[in-house]
Amino acid sequence: MATEILMPALSPTMEEGTLAKWLVKEGDTVSSGDILAEIETDKATMEFEAVDEGILGRILIPAGSEGVKVNTPIGLLLDEGEDAASATVESAQSQQPAPADKTLTSESAPAAAQSHPEPDRSPDWPKGTETHQQTVREALRDAMAEEMRRDGDVFLMGEEVAEYQGAYKISQGLLDEFGSKRVIDTPITEHGFTGIAVGAAFGGLKPIVEYMTFNFAMQAMDQIVNSAAKTLYMSGGQMGAPMVFRGPNGAAARVGAQHSQDFAAWFSHIPGLKVAMPYSASDAKGLLKTAIRDPNPVIFLENEILYGRSFDVPKLDDFTVPFGKARIWREGTDVTIVSFGIGMTYALQAAEKLAEDGISAEVIDLRTLRPMDTATVIASVQKTNRCVTVEEGFPKGAIGNHISAILMQEAFDWLDAPVINCTGKDVPMPYAANLEKHALLTTEEVMEAVRKVTYR
Amino acid sequence: MAARKSATKPNVSAEELTRYYRDMLLIRRFEEKAGQLYGMGLIGGFCHLYIGQEAVVVGLEAAAEDGDKRITSYRDHGHMLACGMDPNGVMAELTGREGGYSKGKGGSMHMFSKEKHFYGGHGIVGAQVPIGAGLAFSDKYRENGRVTFTYFGDGAANQGQVYETFNMAALWKLPVVFVIENNQYAMGTAQQRSTSTPDLHTRGEAFGIPGEVVDGMDVLAVKAAGETAVGHCRAGKGPYILEIKTYRYRGHSMSDPAKYRTREEVQKMREERDPIEHVRSLLLEGKHATEDDLKAIDKEIKSVVNASAEFAKDSPEPALEELWTDIYAEAR
Repeated sequence: MATEILMPALSPTMEEGTLAKWLVKEGDTVSSGDILAEIETDKATMEFEAVDEGILGRILIPAGSEGVKVNTPIGLLLDEGEDAASATVESAQSQQPAPADKTLTSESAPAAAQSHPEPDRSPDWPKGTETHQQTVREALRDAMAEEMRRDGDVFLMGEEVAEYQGAYKISQGLLDEFGSKRVIDTPITEHGFTGIAVGAAFGGLKPIVEYMTFNFAMQAMDQIVNSAAKTLYMSGGQMGAPMVFRGPNGAAARVGAQHSQDFAAWFSHIPGLKVAMPYSASDAKGLLKTAIRDPNPVIFLENEILYGRSFDVPKLDDFTVPFGKARIWREGTDVTIVSFGIGMTYALQAAEKLAEDGISAEVIDLRTLRPMDTATVIASVQKTNRCVTVEEGFPKGAIGNHISAILMQEAFDWLDAPVINCTGKDVPMPYAANLEKHALLTTEEVMEAVRKVTYR
Repeated sequence: MAARKSATKPNVSAEELTRYYRDMLLIRRFEEKAGQLYGMGLIGGFCHLYIGQEAVVVGLEAAAEDGDKRITSYRDHGHMLACGMDPNGVMAELTGREGGYSKGKGGSMHMFSKEKHFYGGHGIVGAQVPIGAGLAFSDKYRENGRVTFTYFGDGAANQGQVYETFNMAALWKLPVVFVIENNQYAMGTAQQRSTSTPDLHTRGEAFGIPGEVVDGMDVLAVKAAGETAVGHCRAGKGPYILEIKTYRYRGHSMSDPAKYRTREEVQKMREERDPIEHVRSLLLEGKHATEDDLKAIDKEIKSVVNASAEFAKDSPEPALEELWTDIYAEAR
């Protein structure tokens, strides 16, 4: 009885392929393990091995055929003495090739085979909503003021937040409106006041802790990680720390190594923390309001250079942006650029210039890093097949590394090029103007990376 | 400053003394049982016993009112029992079981009870000190008249964040009692080897925080000092420091062979200064109780502790799904 040889699925996601070449011809005797054919998936050329023994009686799909669906009969395997013309065909399930099954048993296969959730593409505010131009600075202040009006348990503490009106003027006017009970100048004592804020949160208040810059939060790392992030878990859900740690993060300009560092990857490493890193003013406002309402500790990473930039902000009484929802700033077809925070500046500039060269880049702003909207990134890469990540932080253990790993595991078959991570250089920030410029990420580097992954 | 002591013949009721006896004995027997379960492999990891220090928490709990808060380090079993947490839940947490206060996810060092206002259970030496001041901050913010007992050891008294906290607690007049349980050894380092000025109750002077030293083997002295401290806080005068001189009979943790002190030193403490024996003799000498009365209490405590051990053994391990719960709180 003849056995059908079926077009194999040579990756968990392959639906069709090209039968590039037959390596046996009609009449040949084949035994299991012999290579029957070469088959091209959308990614690679794979050798297709025989499972059963017999004589190749007939080739049903000739070499060079494209778009052959998985499970299409491509040949007929005859028993000894059987005639190809008269052969009766048996259900060919046993001829199902092994490679796909093998892949499926590997650790990563279930992830690769999983269906990806539909990304949430709803707009941030209803169409037709009136907007106005606001700086990131103003948006942050408005977010705090609105939430402090809404909830008497919300208070702000930090160095120079009250009488000085904020070292970067983020808290301008808050002391006047809310008084010294709720807008509290602290001594210069990050470890101590962070611990006090964590205790206040355990006690049911909702502190906003401002760090003059996140570099100083390093003094308080133990309280953030060991106390704020872990207590909900350690207490079996009895108590946690509903609070926000916020302040400028990343390089400013010419302030040297100890004042120029992006901590996005550090904080994103910690289960129990949420991490937001807005780029625009509307996101700064909407995300900060969400952060203040969140019952968990939220790291809110701002950027000094962005404070003075203006963006459209919707005129809504209560505008919030959910965590875990990326924003597509620019749609494109050739490459996906994923960034967040100040990195968006380089990503958008690069996309603009690349468009002049006919390269269409899709630019995604993650907005929050924990939770991270990987669904939007994966959906975009399924379209563009290429990805470049952009961040200011150091290269080792970067957010981009994580995105690369996610894409490898969940969208490997869509990638036409290795993902490139554009990051700051692997050096402490130098002071000299020329050196600092080179230590930072540049738009040119992003463009170069895009050219590499698009082979252009 | 001489350590505060109680009078030789204190004016205290039989009922009160009996309560202290019972509460301290519960801690003692509970900890002995925990040591035993540890040896049987039923309790793992770190396990820091409170044996010898019982009068500290029992005395201070006697000075606390409903709604007052407490927070401490990893040597926390005594504090939990003294504030009324269920021995079954504490022991089951020690064995890492579902019936534990943290569903088995915290262990010996990390237990909490919202109901009893017990805020942990902290494993990083000194980290509970600013958190305790923060709890007091929340009470001051709410103007509810509550006080927070923030416990830490002589070891933690050398951590920088303690002094950052002293400064802000004094500056903002936070209602917090800083309780320094000075058991004289920071793990294996005797106080004179770690501390330039041994009088820890004076450590708040630079911030204007009053402090006093208390005999921590004398539960009545601890209670009296606690009342002074709490009164100071409730009057809106800010923090207060109690340095309570105590002694732990066991090693720093179960795996500590305690080679840094002599057996004689420990023995002497046990024989001459044991806090439970102190109350026991007050009860007997004052004719507040008979030997038989106390035996009945011993028996009752023993059965409570045995029941907690049985509960802790019988309670199932947490379901594997628990691995993934309580990482984030749901928005309400």
